[in-house]
Amino acid sequence: MPDAVALYRTIRLIRRFEERAIELVRSGDIVGGVHPYLGQEAIATGVCAALRPDDVITSTHRGHGHVLAKGADPARMMAELAGRVTGLNRGRGGSMHAADFSLGILGANAIVGAAGAIACGAAWAGMLAGSDRVAVTFFGDGAVNQGVLLEAMNLAALRRLPVLFVCENNGYATTMPTAGAVAGTITGRAAAFGIPASTVDGMDVSVVLDAAREAVERARAGAGPTMLECLTYRFDAHHTFEHRVRLRYRDDADVAAGRSRDPMQIQGARLDPDERTRIDVAVETVLDEAVRFALASDHPDPAGALDHLYASGLRARPGVA
Amino acid sequence: METVTIGKALNLGLRRALEDDPKVILMGEDIGRLGGVFRITDGLQKDFGDDRVIDTPLAESGIVGTAVGLCLRGYRPVLEIQFDGFVYPAYDQIVSQVAKMHYRSRGLPIVIRIPFGGGIGAVEHHSESPEAYFSHTAGLKVVVCANPNDAYWMIQQAIASDDPIIFFEPKRRYWEKGPVDTDAEPYPLHAARVARPGTDATVVAYGPMVRTALDAATAAAEEGRELEVIDLRSISPLDMAPVYESVRKTGRLVVVHEAPSNVGVGAEIAARVTEQCFYSLEAPVLRVCGFNVPYPAARVEEDFLPDLDRVLDAVDRSFGW
Repeated sequence: MPDAVALYRTIRLIRRFEERAIELVRSGDIVGGVHPYLGQEAIATGVCAALRPDDVITSTHRGHGHVLAKGADPARMMAELAGRVTGLNRGRGGSMHAADFSLGILGANAIVGAAGAIACGAAWAGMLAGSDRVAVTFFGDGAVNQGVLLEAMNLAALRRLPVLFVCENNGYATTMPTAGAVAGTITGRAAAFGIPASTVDGMDVSVVLDAAREAVERARAGAGPTMLECLTYRFDAHHTFEHRVRLRYRDDADVAAGRSRDPMQIQGARLDPDERTRIDVAVETVLDEAVRFALASDHPDPAGALDHLYASGLRARPGVA
Repeated sequence: METVTIGKALNLGLRRALEDDPKVILMGEDIGRLGGVFRITDGLQKDFGDDRVIDTPLAESGIVGTAVGLCLRGYRPVLEIQFDGFVYPAYDQIVSQVAKMHYRSRGLPIVIRIPFGGGIGAVEHHSESPEAYFSHTAGLKVVVCANPNDAYWMIQQAIASDDPIIFFEPKRRYWEKGPVDTDAEPYPLHAARVARPGTDATVVAYGPMVRTALDAATAAAEEGRELEVIDLRSISPLDMAPVYESVRKTGRLVVVHEAPSNVGVGAEIAARVTEQCFYSLEAPVLRVCGFNVPYPAARVEEDFLPDLDRVLDAVDRSFGW
């Protein structure tokens, strides 16, 4: 199990990865923008720290943190965001669809809530194969109103699937405050299916790790799914588009209050200052290389857009608009 | 060679697929203990166990999403959507997840079986022909069987395919009998076939309308006209070569399907034939389809569905051009 240093390192890696990615959005090297994970780093870090390499995760549109915490190569992830052929998905997935099946990263997913069912299937596959692998599905507070997520919870409870439902409640579904969109409670949805659920501080990685560990142990022991609602705050925009078009759905006081507890500072304070500095420098070196690698990599051949549509090699009809 | 119904042929094909590959699993509503509302999976749970023939909750989106996860972990799920109209809750998973996965990362060997079309007095949601929605979506393949031999072989070929396939079954023809050759080399899955040779006009159909077209050809022959009937079998990809060849010979084409004509499969066929066979055409391509209304009430469905008279009328109009 990772120690305090390793947890801090992952949080720092995600934090700085996101800040570097935002720079690349501004410079035009990442086209289409990203949904920054800034402020929510402790959740991906804590949950993934409770997993084995052969466990699997599904992620969200705000997924860079999950992908990195599960072990993806930051350089190939950055190349994916920049749409380069060296990316995790050869640049064909981008920010919202990065996947690395060899690491159990079954994909970020731009359809809110949709991946819950996919995680159930992956968990079920593990059960059918006689393994004790666990599947985690990350989702936001917006997803708890999606029907398919409730279908997934029902199935997971019914079949006692080894699934963790990890809700990252950052207070807003895009711009809609949770209170304006969620009737009842988030954990109440799990309770309706008999799924144990708890609400934890998503800003403290040690709290998240403890809760995730317990849930993972339950799942491995065959006791079925658990839901964790992790309270957090999105420090930056819903999407980098907001940097250009200021959407006024959070006032300054709200943002200041939300940012007053920073998962990086909370975990960083637990480290020896010199060690923390060493980690920060090492992370920066990794990210310097990631950015260099991404920007030095080839752009895809536009003609390749017609390729890789089917496993059989069938291509789109040439010459047809 | 044995003579069985289309429904029984599908059952035999599914049984053989379960025998041939331990990774094949069937999932759907009422398919296990009951054997399916159309009895297509009759007896399979008893023989292969409830881990491989799985009764799911009534939750189509969750079923398809779960199958995606199973696929990503090495299984080959074959899903039954109980009635055509019930696929719409799963439409998001099919179009947003299943269809797009290979293009950016890896393929999903999923088969989604859908009993489709009208003629059994079952009204809307239970009589629909949604093939155009899926054929429009790159990344999916769409096939339709029309006779017992094809039902037996095509379902096995679809399951063996590494691409996701929407497999339409002509529900009102489930009880029609015909020969099945379980030893023959099967015809290619994505190939159209001349179901009846002729020289005077071409009639293209698929699924339940193949029988209607063949009946029309029999009637036309009594009046001295030889219709060439082509069973498309695959809607995506379309195998147009036999259609072009036929139209270059006959100069006349009538396309028949139950789905409404508006922006449908017939329109695509008409466009392609116009592109490729313009100087061979003696008349415009004509379509005989369902009308552009929701599937009507049971008492008037015979007026909605293309029948022998409407096909012959279209042939007459083609000759009268």
